[in-house]
Amino acid sequence: MSFNNLDTLYRQVIMDHYKNPRNRGTIEGDDHMSIDMNNPTCGDRIQLQLQVEDGLVKDAKFDGEGCSISMSSASMMTQAVKGKRVEDALAMSKLFSDMMQGKEIDEQEFDLGDIEALQGVSKFPARIKCATLAWKAMEKGVDEQGQS
Amino acid sequence: MDIKAVRQSFPILDQEVNGHPLVYLDSSATSQKPVSVIEKLDEYYRSYNSNVHRGVHTLGTKATDEYEGAREKVRRFINAHSTQEVIFTRGTTTAINTVASSYGRAELGEDDEIVITPMEHHSNIIPWQQVAKATGATLKYIPLQADGTIDLKDVEETVTDQTKIVAVMHVSNVLGTINPVKEIAEIAHRHEAVMLVDGAQSAPHLKVDVQDLDCDFYAFSGHKMCGPTGIGVLYGKRALLNDMEPFEFGGEMIDFVNLYDSTWKELPWKFEGGTPIIGGAIGLGAAIDFINEIGLNEIAEHEHTLVNYAMERMREIDGLTIYGPEERAGLVTFNLDDVHPHDVATVLDAEGIAVRAGHHCAQPLMRWLDVSATARASFYLYNTKEDIDRLVEGLQKTKEYFGDVF
Repeated sequence: MSFNNLDTLYRQVIMDHYKNPRNRGTIEGDDHMSIDMNNPTCGDRIQLQLQVEDGLVKDAKFDGEGCSISMSSASMMTQAVKGKRVEDALAMSKLFSDMMQGKEIDEQEFDLGDIEALQGVSKFPARIKCATLAWKAMEKGVDEQGQS
Repeated sequence: MDIKAVRQSFPILDQEVNGHPLVYLDSSATSQKPVSVIEKLDEYYRSYNSNVHRGVHTLGTKATDEYEGAREKVRRFINAHSTQEVIFTRGTTTAINTVASSYGRAELGEDDEIVITPMEHHSNIIPWQQVAKATGATLKYIPLQADGTIDLKDVEETVTDQTKIVAVMHVSNVLGTINPVKEIAEIAHRHEAVMLVDGAQSAPHLKVDVQDLDCDFYAFSGHKMCGPTGIGVLYGKRALLNDMEPFEFGGEMIDFVNLYDSTWKELPWKFEGGTPIIGGAIGLGAAIDFINEIGLNEIAEHEHTLVNYAMERMREIDGLTIYGPEERAGLVTFNLDDVHPHDVATVLDAEGIAVRAGHHCAQPLMRWLDVSATARASFYLYNTKEDIDRLVEGLQKTKEYFGDVF
């Protein structure tokens, strides 16, 4: 592997999200849920906040610390699910998980936008957990709300 | 030490990773295995694989002789008084858990204290947290100096007459600090506490004499010292082990079994319930032979040269922080400004260089250092100055790469 291969991992748009994260911070007020999730093998941490109303993700913000892949993925995830219906957010999460496993995905289903830049992560098995951390946090939050 | 011959003993080193000759700098996680250990395992499984201490057949006798022979090699390696004091375990973690369970839970009560340090590996923290929770004992920490060392004055202040157990790592897997465990044991004994030494990072690299250290328990792993995974050792003073209940119950460790009660075998077998780790122990014996042949003093000297060279070269890199004291064992834990350690490790891997990134099973120490994760390069007898040059080159490239993409 050369640095050219590294470029498939560290795409410009990923670095942009890492350096200038979107939706980083906290949601004001108390009508939102908070999900803490970490990757115990490496110490990456995310605190995700979701505001869900009438089955719609009205707002999503995150904070935390981690590598370029985990933090850029969190930034992209919040961008992607904001304004989406919960079932669509979960369907995107499934699509993302398939993408990480190197499966063929139907790009017509959703406009993945910046997220497609993370496709290269599937070639770096040790880093897949970094990319999926924020999505897992989102799924957990939605799941817990569904149960309450 | 003939480094070329040493390297030739490790077949795994002779390969390309991602198009570059492998530079393996993760021996603190697990060491590579010399061909003599690999062949010893092969020989056991091919020619005399049998259970030990039971059958009367020839293979069983051979396996038993080799297994108990390995115990004698371990005894000499750490200078234990008797093979009764050498218990084979799955690794350091099981060894510490054995003491926590069979000594800690049995002996401690509400008024008692356990003393450890914030630099411990999780395997020397969590067992004591659990003992404290189960018995009501108090868990206390010896504070660290700013450079990541322990001041004996702080040990004197932390250890009291209430202290029953002091458990400290010999060598830090993150900072490289070599702790004064002999002096700490002396303080512990003055207060009638027992001293456990976590030797996972010292047994592979330093000459250890458990009688000289006068520790009550010493735990280490085979896989970090050229041996196979799944084998470790708990050394304990005979009088203490004698009074302790077994950790696991079942076959192999019993004397008489009645319907409602049983009695235990004598030491060390009462702590080795079930079919023991026969292949692992025999492999560890071969690893000890290998290390003895080269000489632990030669290995320690080689690593000392390497780590000093690494510190000197790594300090040439702007924006690189090294954690831990100046005088240290053979490892360097570091961070590069503005590049997360996972990203450092990924870029180095693309160059064929294996380093560790993460919290190194030492989350309390990461918080003490005020970092979420770090990268670590660790050295062993087969590493060279060229390996360190490659690392420094790789780190310069990492900086350039992340400088460019930003």
